[in-house]
Amino acid sequence: MPISHDAHTVKQFDVQLANLRNLVLEMGGLVEDQIHNAINALNNEDVSAAREVIARDQIINGMQVKTDEDSVSLVALRQPLGSDLRLIMSLSKIVTDLERIGDEAEKIARMTVKTYDAVSSPPSAKLLRDVTPMAKQAIDMLHGCLDALARLDVEKAVEVARGDDELDQEFQSALRRLITYMMEDPRTIGHAINVLFIIKALERIGDHAKNIAEYLIYLVKGKDVRHIRVEDLAQDALEEE
Amino acid sequence: MSTTTIEVKAALNGGLNAEVRETPLSSAQIINYDHRQTVGKITVSNPKITCRNVDVYYGEKQAIKQVSLDIGANEVIAFIGPSGCGKSTFLRCLNRMNDTIAACRVLGEIKLDQDDIYDKSIDVVQLRARVGMVFQKPNPFPKSIYENVAYGPRIHGMVNSKAEMDELVQDSLERAGLLKEVESRMDEPGTSLSGGQQQRLCIARAIAVNPEVILMDEPCSALDPIATAKIEELIDELRENYTIVIVTHSMQQAARVSQRTAYFHLGNLIEIGETDQIFTNPRHKLTEDYITGRFG
Repeated sequence: MPISHDAHTVKQFDVQLANLRNLVLEMGGLVEDQIHNAINALNNEDVSAAREVIARDQIINGMQVKTDEDSVSLVALRQPLGSDLRLIMSLSKIVTDLERIGDEAEKIARMTVKTYDAVSSPPSAKLLRDVTPMAKQAIDMLHGCLDALARLDVEKAVEVARGDDELDQEFQSALRRLITYMMEDPRTIGHAINVLFIIKALERIGDHAKNIAEYLIYLVKGKDVRHIRVEDLAQDALEEE
Repeated sequence: MSTTTIEVKAALNGGLNAEVRETPLSSAQIINYDHRQTVGKITVSNPKITCRNVDVYYGEKQAIKQVSLDIGANEVIAFIGPSGCGKSTFLRCLNRMNDTIAACRVLGEIKLDQDDIYDKSIDVVQLRARVGMVFQKPNPFPKSIYENVAYGPRIHGMVNSKAEMDELVQDSLERAGLLKEVESRMDEPGTSLSGGQQQRLCIARAIAVNPEVILMDEPCSALDPIATAKIEELIDELRENYTIVIVTHSMQQAARVSQRTAYFHLGNLIEIGETDQIFTNPRHKLTEDYITGRFG
């Protein structure tokens, strides 16, 4: 049964569920900002902006803790069932992935600091050429799954899940190119490894976005679509009851 | 004028569209306004009781509408639903407790194993020995603890000697998880026990006549959480030997004790399924609205 939009008899329960969902969406917005800022700091070689990203990760961590506290107390006090239960369980899992995405943004920021705060010369542009398109894809996926969460939009969630394979392939190609550069000129190895961490972080963001999309499908459809092929996922998610 | 119909989209929003007419309906019209299909699988591979197209009327009023479902052997099945949905009425059909209500008529087919329990050849007293019942309020007889349990086997002529009776009483109390608490005071009145103990005494009394099915009508609603937990643990143990049908207002209790759950609404069986599925992912909107507290 899809999620109900009718009000509960106990109005306060509606308020608490709405608050929980808003908290998660707010956290999602903040995480999205973090990735944007981390990528901008990298592109602009702006070490102080990168440090700000690192500092702000604490806020996201705090929101994760708050969401989990609120979820536990809702379960304890309201004994939710049906779509209410799925909503709370899904949100609680979604924040774990959001928090990890926040960590990946922090990781990118740390790599930026490491790359541009050193005495050595900055990396050549060709080492970084895969970062921008991969970042765009990762950000699109995150934005897509948050959008889907806000609207409980299963089709959008399926689209996000489908995008992950593409991002994984991008990562593999980028990795091959980095290896080639390193073999051609071992002096690039230091920078190349930093870039490797950055593109790996972007690839992981895609995985987390896909997880969020899967939780959303569970929330709306009540079907667990984890660990199955993306085509099966799409079929399960989109088939009529 | 009399044929004008106004469709009333009930506040339930789930498609229970009763037709309300401006003039009173004949009884035939009233009872036929809503025949719905039950969502979920009503059959099981090893049925103990099979119910098909059961209708129950209190006078003109139809309390149960075309309910069909199987109750599996050695399963605990929970009936849930709002007050007045017919779940207790339906439960009482299963051992013909409704016979005691003059205006009550039961139509359709209810079979225990292969026997039609509404067949003329059926001895109702024997039937109720096979299908025992435990009620909402503990109702021990105003007799001793021992006599409460011994009464059934005695009237059914199940034992031949005092020693046999002693053993049966002990065994029943043991299976009801009460023996340790009462073995030193078997001659005290049953009513001297606490509420939870009284309820377990009633369960011991029900199982003393060696029933095949036990019907429980809100067996814990008058008990505190600890006594409730003991009864629930008992239900789980009893499942090995008996089939149990429980009506409960507590969805948490239904979730804890049952393997399958049936949701009733206005006399209809709306949805039936694995308990886990009913409480995490119900398929009918009325079920969803009920279990998530969206009625009202």
